[in-house]
Amino acid sequence: MSGSDPVAAFRVEAFELLDQIENDLLDLGQDLGNRALVDAVFRGLHTLKGSGSMFGFDALASFTHHCETAFDRVRKGQARATAALVGVILSARDQMRALLDETIAPDEAAQAAILAALQAAVADDGAATTAPAADAANVIEDATRLTFRLAPSAMANGNNPLNLLGELRELGATKVCADLSRLPPLDQLVPGECHIGWTMLLPASVTRDDIEDVFMFVMDDMELTLEELEPASAASEIIAVAETGTAAPSQARTPSAPAAESVRVPAERLDELMNRVGELVIAQSRLAQIAAQGGTINEIALRAVSEDIERLSSELRDTTMVLRMMQVGGLFGRFRRLVHDLAQETGKSIEFSTEGETTEVDKTVIERLADPMVHLIRNSCDHGLETAEQRIANGKAGTGQIMITATQTGGEVIITVADDGRGINRDAVRAKAEAQGLIAPDAVLADQDVLQLIFHPGFSTAAQVTNLSGRGVGMDVVKKTIEGLRGTIRMTSVEGQGTRIMLHLPLTLAIVECMLVRVGSGCYAIPLSAVEECLELPASEAAGGKSRSFLDVRGELIPFLRMREAFATDWPAELHQKIVIVGAGDTRVGLVIDQIIGNAQTVIKPLSRFHAGLGTFSGATILGDGTVALILDVGNLLASAQRQSATRAVGEAA
Amino acid sequence: MTASILAVDDSPSLRMAVRIALSGAGYSVTEAGDGVEGLSKSNAAAFDMIVTDLNMPNMDGLTMIREIRRSSSNASVPIVFLTTESDDGIKQQAKAAGATGWLVKPFEPDQLVRVARKVLGR
Repeated sequence: MSGSDPVAAFRVEAFELLDQIENDLLDLGQDLGNRALVDAVFRGLHTLKGSGSMFGFDALASFTHHCETAFDRVRKGQARATAALVGVILSARDQMRALLDETIAPDEAAQAAILAALQAAVADDGAATTAPAADAANVIEDATRLTFRLAPSAMANGNNPLNLLGELRELGATKVCADLSRLPPLDQLVPGECHIGWTMLLPASVTRDDIEDVFMFVMDDMELTLEELEPASAASEIIAVAETGTAAPSQARTPSAPAAESVRVPAERLDELMNRVGELVIAQSRLAQIAAQGGTINEIALRAVSEDIERLSSELRDTTMVLRMMQVGGLFGRFRRLVHDLAQETGKSIEFSTEGETTEVDKTVIERLADPMVHLIRNSCDHGLETAEQRIANGKAGTGQIMITATQTGGEVIITVADDGRGINRDAVRAKAEAQGLIAPDAVLADQDVLQLIFHPGFSTAAQVTNLSGRGVGMDVVKKTIEGLRGTIRMTSVEGQGTRIMLHLPLTLAIVECMLVRVGSGCYAIPLSAVEECLELPASEAAGGKSRSFLDVRGELIPFLRMREAFATDWPAELHQKIVIVGAGDTRVGLVIDQIIGNAQTVIKPLSRFHAGLGTFSGATILGDGTVALILDVGNLLASAQRQSATRAVGEAA
Repeated sequence: MTASILAVDDSPSLRMAVRIALSGAGYSVTEAGDGVEGLSKSNAAAFDMIVTDLNMPNMDGLTMIREIRRSSSNASVPIVFLTTESDDGIKQQAKAAGATGWLVKPFEPDQLVRVARKVLGR
């Protein structure tokens, strides 16, 4: 743990604790008799309370304290863990989370309701939560005679009588006398035991509290007498006032600035990074040596260094990228709770499983993936899965399955949300799309195209279709988010058997392998993952204007866009123009360009806010020679090509 | 010579708070994340004081205190435990296990320093 702000560290830790508690509670809900889980939950609550109060989260600490007290009854076997109790503590956990967030005003009514429910859940006499009244402080009048004797075991427990005497001396003790009367004979003497007693005089100003402070750890087992005591009743009031005085400022704590984003990185990854940097430094010094030689440069040596640096920089890039990677397990964990809640809301019996939790994805992807996945899972629970009765009537198991998996293939991660519900009713989707004018009544659509209709923005707003087809709420938002992450959505669905939605996501967002092309005088980058093939534009097409923008590639008609026209360049055209065919999913489109320059690793720089609205480009990159190349947004180009083919279809029909 | 203190707690933030408080007062602090780690560290080196949580995974504080008292290297080291419970039961158990003193969470940093001064005498 680095950094020096314990409060920020606490907040990170507390969120982790809460997630852990939630997981343990959900496990406990499945296995109510599991003592290890009960202990784990208790320990979590306990730590949260302890640390919370340490760092000034007083409301959190006191709320957690009540939960802990109630749960302690379960731990001690005085109450049984029930599904109701787990439910209440889960909602209490949510409260705790809210209490950690200083921007949210605490909802005391909700807290009180939860605590009441909690009391009911653990039944009968709660008691013991009231704090003992503050001890009255007593002031000792005049000089006081103090006599004390420690327990024989005191020293074995780590106490040092000399320290105690030192403290008493600081209080002003005088006439300290040792009492050796109980010293056993030498043959019976155990050196580690304390048999000496002491008497002394203390000044009048020393209170009983002061003395108890000195003996605080040994009070219970020692002999202690104080003579000439006289209580002063006023003191207790003063103490009470003082206590409220110190409590107030901590309540009025100003909300701190949002904590800086942080990523936890395993130490071995940092070691790897250090190794690479070390090698890079060596390569650099070799380069410096070659430069210092002057005169005729040793070309072979220079090339060797250049190759080393190239290798190192690509390794450095990979190791650095990995630093931002996080396992999807944390994200998946959140959905367990969601499914649990949805199952209760809908009254369906749902089994939730995950696979591939250790798959790693860029932190940004994980963060932005949460909302769309909630949408998908919610859809599966709400609309995909049938009620237990319907399922049994259809010959399925009464419990519905929802499964999310993550796998990595090459440069992308595929996250799948699958259910074994009723699937998507194509006819209902078609009917709705026709009613909304999204497709012509007699249009012939591939099955995948029918399913893709669900992602159409206009489609999802129709509430009715959700009941008919089982899908649709906010799916366009899901699609937008995934595309914003440079990913794609694919979907399969078998009626009566379930639906599977696959999110294909790039491993990282910051670097992408690109093909560099030239159009007119400008250089552009096309993400290599989208490039399918490169052809030479037939001379017949090159001459033709806008009349025909379809190319016959091995019997398949592929629409193409003339980038020269799109970018309105008046630079002289290349004699042999090339066509780069890009694709995603089932759609393909050709881009006519002047020249293919080659492949390059490009670091994506976002466009300025002023240019952010441009759909054609997803970003920019800086090339080795310092020029800027815009990165083409393939998804957007495909969409515009689809519009083109749609107009063509209409044209042919007419 | 600066007194060396072993802080055992499963909560990194709490360990951090303990470290900041004690090292600010001039003590040198070694950290351990649970009872097992605490025990192995205390067996490996002599400490002037041990501060430990009770509720910890793997090995709880009580067991660790008992083991340390039975060991040779730190058998009579002052051990202060941190607890959130103000009831006596847990204190009695801990004392029976061999704890020297305790500190009720939440505590102010200087409370911890006072306790350290108290049991260390410096």
